[in-house]
Parts: sequence; structure tokens; C-alpha cells
Amino acid sequence: MIPACAVADLSEGEAIRIPGEVPIAVFNVGGEIYAIDDTCSHQDASLSEGWLEGCFVECPLHAASFDLRTGMPTGAPAKKPVRTHRVVIKDGVIHVVPQNQEAVV
Amino acid sequence: MRTVAVVGASLAGLRAVEELRAQGFDGRVAVVGEEPHRPYDRPPLSKAYLAGTCSPESLRLADDADTDELAAEWHLGVRADSLDPATRSVRLSNGEEITADGIIIATGGRARPLLGAEGLSGVHTVRTLDDAAALRADLENSTGGVVVIGAGWIGAEVASTCHTLGRQVTIVEAGLTPLARVLGPTMGRICAALHSDHGVALRTGVGVQSLTSTGFGPWKRVTGVDLADGTHLPADVVVVGIGMLPNTEWLAGSGVAVDNGVLCDAGCVTAFPSVVAVGDVARYQGPDGPVRHEHWTNASEQPAVAVRNLLAGTTIQEYRPSGYFWSQQYGTRLQVAGHPGDADEVAVVDGSPDDRVFVAEYRRQGLPVGVLAMNNPKLFGRLRRQLRAAVAI
Ligand SMILES: Cc1cc2nc3c(=O)[nH]c(=O)nc-3n(C[C@H](O)[C@H](O)[C@H](O)COP(=O)(O)OP(=O)(O)OC[C@H]3O[C@@H](n4cnc5c(N)ncnc54)[C@H](O)[C@@H]3O)c2cc1C
Ligand code: FES
Repeated sequence: MIPACAVADLSEGEAIRIPGEVPIAVFNVGGEIYAIDDTCSHQDASLSEGWLEGCFVECPLHAASFDLRTGMPTGAPAKKPVRTHRVVIKDGVIHVVPQNQEAVV
Repeated sequence: MRTVAVVGASLAGLRAVEELRAQGFDGRVAVVGEEPHRPYDRPPLSKAYLAGTCSPESLRLADDADTDELAAEWHLGVRADSLDPATRSVRLSNGEEITADGIIIATGGRARPLLGAEGLSGVHTVRTLDDAAALRADLENSTGGVVVIGAGWIGAEVASTCHTLGRQVTIVEAGLTPLARVLGPTMGRICAALHSDHGVALRTGVGVQSLTSTGFGPWKRVTGVDLADGTHLPADVVVVGIGMLPNTEWLAGSGVAVDNGVLCDAGCVTAFPSVVAVGDVARYQGPDGPVRHEHWTNASEQPAVAVRNLLAGTTIQEYRPSGYFWSQQYGTRLQVAGHPGDADEVAVVDGSPDDRVFVAEYRRQGLPVGVLAMNNPKLFGRLRRQLRAAVAI
């Protein structure tokens, strides 16, 4: 489980990036927190810098849109989904459980 | 409409096929592409592909499943040689003929060659996958200096990539300030400074006199570049990045009007309602006269409009360009939207050019008309949207 930031520090419509070997982007959509891989599955843009529209984030480079709930792209140019990660809020802090580590936690 | 022929099997051609199906056309779609490859993405050719960090397979714009779903006929490695105005049939280089009720022209462009460089090995342009593969192989088999002729987007990217590969690079640019036509002199200078930041020499305001070479016949190979001011730049590899020429020669005698691109109306429709043009080759009627864009987003977005008008048989929708394009050099991301060229003023609204992180807004009579960002995609995204809303571009 990786601590991201305090709930209070991530306002609605904002995103932060957790650096790491596989960086993760955390979004606050109307109070709901989502975490997905930060790197767009198309090329190498950072999705935490993308445009948030409801539950979708639009990649800042070539505008592929991803559903934050499923990681699925809605169309070109991205073809592959990005991974979604489980979010746990503990003591006012947002934590992310990286999907590939889910089993060992 | 029962048959549509799409000529050109790259980004705009593929998007046109996708739009035909998405908009409900269930007739025959025949695609003709001169290159032997399935549609692939060009932007990485001067960046990741040239650097050796991505494979040709990862450039593909559609995988087999996507392609199957489109149920189109692909005539690849075959050129369209002519279009018959009376029968609307396309004659192919292999002797076949495709007769269609609708024609989508998506033939893009080819690299503008440097006169005098014909048949000289070591001299490259970068437009196709085969071009980029040849350049990459040449870079792998040589160690000397690289001279890039032209400091536009592609020249700058190739210079950056060659620098990353450990090569000593010099760029030669005939204009006084690189990119000044697109970005204006101030921002052109700021972007060009990326070269000197990384120790890549930039020579501006000087033309190329001739290329020097050694050997003869098929063994003739470039050894350097002579500049108009008398300087000689030794080189193992020379890359020519001096723009592109739209591929329109095949339309001679077809009645389709051609002038630096295929002339069409604001909805990408030519004088024939059954013939439309999309992507780099389309010179459509913009608010200030005919314009042609050479950017990925344009080639990606125009087909939706062109196909709608083709299927309707008349122009029911006009194309609104976003003017968006990007470039990547020396790990720096540049993004541009709108029409910076129309501005009478440019102001840095965030960050600082000295830090190589900033956003600049272009204004005309005080109103925003364009935006340029260096390493600042988030604010760029916001301003780009505001721009679109403000001037409906
Ligand atoms: C090296 C490079 C880097 C780039 N980087 C960027 C970037 O970072 N950002 C950006 O926004 N844009 C970039 N671009 C521009 C972008 O790739 C083009 O705008 C886009 O490819 C245009 O697509 P198109 O389908 O209109 O034309 P093209 O890609 O030129 O395709 C036309 C196709 O038609 C075929 N053809 C031509 N004549 C015939 C004929 N008579 N019969 C059959 N087939 C024919 C050609 O072989 C070609 O495959 C780059 C381009 C290049 C070359
Ligand atoms: S990198 Fe995200 S859409 Fe291309």
C-alpha cells in the first residue's frame, strides 16, 4: 500500500502523480478517488496532466480518453487499457494498492 | 453509394475507412496504398523509432482485429496512377482499375528532396518507415559527424535523436530564426536554443552550396556539406528536412483542381461532390483562404467531416481545425494550438523560457489566437480548450 497524499490535499477535479517504477495517477472526481497507471498506454504522456471530464481523463498528448473506473480507452489512438488500482483511505490519507501487488498485501 | 475508393493508406486514409464504417456505410471499401506496409504512425519515425526504442510493429495504427472489422479491400504496394473524371475510376500501377461512386484522396506528401543529392548514399530524408529504417542503419554503421539540413520540426527532432545516439550534430538553417514562420521570431529563438543547450551546433542564415562526396557510381557517398559562406562541414550522414510536397501528380487530367494540395471547400469536398480530400494533401477553404495542415491531429480529425459530406452528397458540415500539434526534442515536449502566425503579440503567461518550462499565449488585438507550451501539458490543455471555446477554432 502506497500513501499518496492527504484527502484534504487533493481537491475535486485534481490529480497527483505517485512516482515510481510504474508511476500511478490519483484523481479526485467529485469526491470519488480513482487510481490508474500514470503512463498513457499509447505512448509516454503522463495522464495526471490530462484533462478530467467526469469519470474520464483525456491524455494531454494525443487526446485518447480513459475511463478511470475500468482503465479502458474510449477510442483511438490508444488501444490498450491502463491498469486500475485499488484506493484505500485511512486516517485521512489516500493510499493506493498497486494492482500487481494486490496478491501479496 | 456502393463503392468508395480510398487512395492513400496512412493515418488519414485509415481514419477515413474507420469513419465510413462508423457512419454506417456498408458497401465496398477499396484502399490503395503505395507503401507495402499496413497503416503506421509517422511521428515516432524521427523520435523513438529512430532512437531504436520502439519496434516497427508498435507503429501500426490498427491491429489485425481492427483491420478485419473494417472489412475493406487493401491494395498495398500499389500506386494509384490516375483518376478518370468520366467514370470515377482509379487506375492502379499494377494495371487494375477500381470504379467507385465515392473517392477519398488521402495521398499525403513526400519529403522535398535536396537538388543535387540524387543517388548519393549517406543522404537521407525521413518521411516513411523505409526512410527511417535506412537512416537508422546508416547511423549504426558510421561514427562521424551528422549534418541536418533544415531546422524545422522534423530537422530539430532528427538532430535531437542523433545527439541522443551520441553523434556530433550540426544543423544548417537558411532562415535567420528556425520556426519563425510558425511561432514568430521570439519563440522560434527560444525553441531553437534547445539545440545549443545540448551542444548541437546551429548555423542559421546560411544556405547549402553543395554536398561533397567520394567514390563514383553506386559507391558515391557523401563526405560533407559546403555552405554558401565557404564553410565545409564534414559529415558521414546528412539528413535533409526541408519540408514536403503534396502527392497530387496522379490527379493530372482528372478535373480535380490541384494547387499545392487538392483544393476543396470548407468541408473537404472538391468541385465533385463524390470526391473528397483529407490529411496532409487536402488544401481546404479556411476562414482566411485555402490552407493545408501537415499535422497528425488534422489527419486524424478531418476524415470524420469529409466522410459525412461524401455520404450526404453535399457539404453539410465544415471542418474546424484545432491547430494542435506537438514535437519532442531533447526530452522536451512542445505543444502548439490555434494560429500563432496570426498574432500581433506574444506573452509568457506561466513559467519561464529560461527554465524551459513555460506557456506562451499569442494574441491578436488583445484576444488569444494561439498557445505554445514547453514542458507544461496541463496548463496547455486548459488554454487550448479556452481558445477553442473563444474563437471556435
Ligand atoms: C518524421 C515525421 C514526424 C512527425 N511528427 C509529428 C509530430 O510530432 N506531431 C504532429 O502533429 N505531426 C507529426 N508529423 C506529421 C504527421 O505524421 C502527418 O501529418 C500525417 O502522417 C499525415 O497523414 P496523411 O495520411 O494525410 O498523409 P501521409 O502520412 O503522407 O500518407 C499518405 C500515404 O499515401 C500514399 N500515397 C501517396 N501517393 C499515392 C498514390 N498515388 N497511390 C497510392 N498511395 C499513395 C503514401 O505512400 C503514404 O503512405 C510527422 C511526420 C513525419 C514524417
Ligand atoms: S500518449 Fe496518450 S494518446 Fe498518445
